[in-house]
Amino acid sequence: MSRSVKKGPYVEARLLGRVQEMNKRNEKRIVKTWSRASVIFPDFIGHTVAVYNGRKHVPVYVTENMVGHRFGEFAPTRTFRGHVKSDRSSAPR
Amino acid sequence: MARIAGVDIPREKRVEVALTYIYGIGLSTAQKILQQTSVNPDTRVRDLTEDQVNRLRELIDRRHKVEGDLRREVALNIKRLIEIGSYRGLRHRRNLPVRGQRTKTNARARRGPKRTVGARRKK
Repeated sequence: MSRSVKKGPYVEARLLGRVQEMNKRNEKRIVKTWSRASVIFPDFIGHTVAVYNGRKHVPVYVTENMVGHRFGEFAPTRTFRGHVKSDRSSAPR
Repeated sequence: MARIAGVDIPREKRVEVALTYIYGIGLSTAQKILQQTSVNPDTRVRDLTEDQVNRLRELIDRRHKVEGDLRREVALNIKRLIEIGSYRGLRHRRNLPVRGQRTKTNARARRGPKRTVGARRKK
């Protein structure tokens, strides 16, 4: 079931507050966040947000196109480096 | 010969079905269009009057995004996802299912025909 429109998009209040504070003062610092489910608001454009992926904070530079997506979408949680190569040719019986 | 929305010339079929040959028009959209233009969905395309064809053509041109325009829109949406580096974009890039489906088995529509990967031999 999708979220009620009445509530508006979800965003962690503390995160949005910090960025708005920074916008007011015209500064730009990297904000760390664990809130991967927060929706990216237009206020975030131009800031870099460090999104936690379970291991470390991944810096995400927010552009206009990203508005409406969630932070988690830009910080992959899985590392996959491909499968082990079969060594049929190199290892004879 | 009925030519609606560019090049599509569905003929010999009932209009209802013939319209679905246009990219972007499925059965329900076709039914809606026919209702709005008050054309009987059971008439064959070849039996349509010139006037009816024009009404259909006009409605589709004005109200519906079809064929090239629609294809472009879809492609642009995907391109956007890829460019912003979102998870969905990454999945598109690798041609894997985008909406969280399993890939241990199945997902053949996205991944194409099966290619067997050899298991690692014991040393």
